[in-house]
Amino acid sequence: MRYAETGYNLEIDLARGNVERAETDPKATELHLGGLGTNAKILWERVPPEIDPFSPDIPLMFSSGLLCGTPAPGANRTIITAYSPQTLLMGYSMMGGFWAPELKHAGYDKVIFRGKSPDLVYIWINNDKVEIRDASHLRGKGAVETQELIRQELNQPNAQVAAIGLAGENRVYTASIEQGRSSASRLGLGAVMGDKGIKAIAVRGTKDINIAKPAEFYELCTEVLKYIKYRNEHPVPNVMTILQGLGSPQEMLHTDEKWHTENFMWGNARVRRKDFWNKQIEDRWKEVQESVRTRLISCYNCPMKCGAIISVPGISTYMMKCFSKLTYTMAAFVDDLDFGFKIAQRATEYGVDGFSTPQIMAFAFELKDAGILTDADFEGCPSDSEGKFYWLLDRIVRREGIGDVLADGIHWAAQKIGKGAEEYAHNNIKKHEQLPLKLGMLNPVYFLMYATGEKINITQIEGQFPQSPFATMEERQEFISDWIQVPDEKFKQIVLDWEFRGERSNPYYPTVDMSVDIVDWQEKMHYIDDSLGVCAGLSSFPLKPPYHMHNYPKIISAATGMDLDEAGLTQIYNRNRNLVRAINVRRGLRRIDEKPPQDHWKKRFPELEEQLLDAYYKFKGWNNDGVPTKETLEALDLGYIAEDFEQRGIYDEEPSTKKASA
Amino acid sequence: MVTVMAEKKKKIVKTIKVDLDKCNGCRACEVICSAFHAEPKYSSNNPARSRIRMIRHPIRDVYVPVYAGEYTSAECMGRDKYIIDGKEYDECGFCRASCPSRDAFKEPDSGLPLKCDMCEDDPPREKPLCVEWCLNDALIYEEREEEVDEEVKMEDVEIGLTSLIDKYGKEKVIDTITRMAEKGKNP
Repeated sequence: MRYAETGYNLEIDLARGNVERAETDPKATELHLGGLGTNAKILWERVPPEIDPFSPDIPLMFSSGLLCGTPAPGANRTIITAYSPQTLLMGYSMMGGFWAPELKHAGYDKVIFRGKSPDLVYIWINNDKVEIRDASHLRGKGAVETQELIRQELNQPNAQVAAIGLAGENRVYTASIEQGRSSASRLGLGAVMGDKGIKAIAVRGTKDINIAKPAEFYELCTEVLKYIKYRNEHPVPNVMTILQGLGSPQEMLHTDEKWHTENFMWGNARVRRKDFWNKQIEDRWKEVQESVRTRLISCYNCPMKCGAIISVPGISTYMMKCFSKLTYTMAAFVDDLDFGFKIAQRATEYGVDGFSTPQIMAFAFELKDAGILTDADFEGCPSDSEGKFYWLLDRIVRREGIGDVLADGIHWAAQKIGKGAEEYAHNNIKKHEQLPLKLGMLNPVYFLMYATGEKINITQIEGQFPQSPFATMEERQEFISDWIQVPDEKFKQIVLDWEFRGERSNPYYPTVDMSVDIVDWQEKMHYIDDSLGVCAGLSSFPLKPPYHMHNYPKIISAATGMDLDEAGLTQIYNRNRNLVRAINVRRGLRRIDEKPPQDHWKKRFPELEEQLLDAYYKFKGWNNDGVPTKETLEALDLGYIAEDFEQRGIYDEEPSTKKASA
Repeated sequence: MVTVMAEKKKKIVKTIKVDLDKCNGCRACEVICSAFHAEPKYSSNNPARSRIRMIRHPIRDVYVPVYAGEYTSAECMGRDKYIIDGKEYDECGFCRASCPSRDAFKEPDSGLPLKCDMCEDDPPREKPLCVEWCLNDALIYEEREEEVDEEVKMEDVEIGLTSLIDKYGKEKVIDTITRMAEKGKNP
């Protein structure tokens, strides 16, 4: 018997309409856990690196994590993987919600699609019965609307449905996959789903998930739950409100947005409005949020309430989480939050990424103001700030006129538009739009995380090390006093010594080596979470989370029967980290690409930044161009990757930075 | 059904107070209920076997945890639909019966009815696990003492058999059991 996992994947060939239930190799679980880890293995194995993200051969994977569906709190993430049409690198986007546990109960760990369907279809997985069904009547329907229509059509109120909207159907590079309160938004995997002709995947499962050591596992889960309760009752003091608790930032709960509105950038990630927040705005925004928010809600088996049901009078109800109430509002320079909730409803039905899409629109209007785009490009566009955003959103999602160019994201749109538009594409890393945040002094830890992150999204790599020093020694002592999560006591000393000013402050403190250590810890937790399907909001993302390096090995062992300790889990993390890196190396990723936006910090330190990258690569066992060495790979049972690199001559290449300056 | 009347007796009435406004819809109650009732305990979990069900329709803001009550062989002559504060709840949306009209509160493989037993355990638990796992206090456990006529409970097997008899008829059930016994099969 297989424990925690089902041991089966569902392989669906869309071109031939063939459905197969394939047993998986237990060895793959031992080596990579599941979720992101096993997805990466499949992506490496099945397709050569030269492949186009829209090739029919691309395997599009919807995977549960190893712990999904077990009683482990917050183990509910679906990890979707293919190549990103935008970055051209490995695209792995994740969503919480209820889909992955339902898939497990239906008897599968992953659904893997290949080929393309000639017509728009949806997939109906009902335990052993799997159907590819016609979805022509759902063409153009909203992503939220589609979920409801499918549940009604199947007469299955308990089916969980992941769907794309018009944006995915039209292969918009910021297209998301929506499911209840959750969405897999980043890196354009909704476009890959649309390209394959899949409108939605509905799943219902009523089978058991088995646990290897029941009593132990139950105890460990109870401890996790108890700690969540403790943390909910004991917010971390001396840090700003959104960092005090667990979960993803509690944006649906909190209405005080002074910090975001005055510290994050407006428009195309450029304008800071330091005196924006006042009493009048505060009252109005509170009133708006409380009037549209029907209920605070969570994902499967999680006591947090990171999401909300949003009902704006006159438009259909949808669900929201995190930050999207502000992204459109601030990108459009609209001072009323009412706009944010209204346009997000349309954007959610269209199925677009709420981070990238508003920035693309702000970028376009900046180009218009600069005369790079012309009035002809915006024919019929209203002149008011709200109206013009609705207008452009419609054009992008329909790929009409200038919208067709912008639908490929800022990087590719700038290339296509030319005439100096590239200068305005200032907030990307690896061709992907970043958080609209511009700061003063370089933070060495954040520099490394921005530069080297494979997910290309800071919230998917940052984590439980404080973002800035504590003001007094008392505060530092208090913070470290119950910091049980540290994998090593040395991290406590860094917090004790870290100052705002002087020798022990950014950018030279934490030192280069300390920064590398900190980043490795943050990354490690994210990679483990993404393989287990545990929400970062209970693990890698917040300060002092309930899951950490000391209880994870026990939890995994009890659930699966594997014999795992901290060293063993670290080995799996290193294997998965190097595998993901290797996939991207094979796609051409090198040191030259590992750059935060030039204007992310006002004060930059080129020499230090090079030292940081040097040290990080060395720590990882990579060469100075960011490529894992043969020795590193072999020590991680990844010798086949080293062989591939040798055959391709990757180890003999001239360094990318040298090539660029030549 | 055989019931034996007994003397008046003191009895603990166990109540779970369900606060719909506090429910975040996470279904932890279903997860842990099914794990507790697995054999051996916690060895598997499956909300489809749970004795509490979230009747849940997010877009309509319907979030109702319902506990499995009695098995009934026939559905009601009519169905109820509540509207509370202008919000319409599902048909039978508060009903606890394991009934032919829906698939809730039946074992997914055998179709046998399920019933909440307040996590009966030895030694007894302080409160049912669904309550313990509901950190949002949507489920609150309360006990009070009452004087009642005690009725002798049917054994679990008997409840199951009664439902099978209701479904297939007495003869068919007896025939099946006899046939299986002859073949030496132990289901």
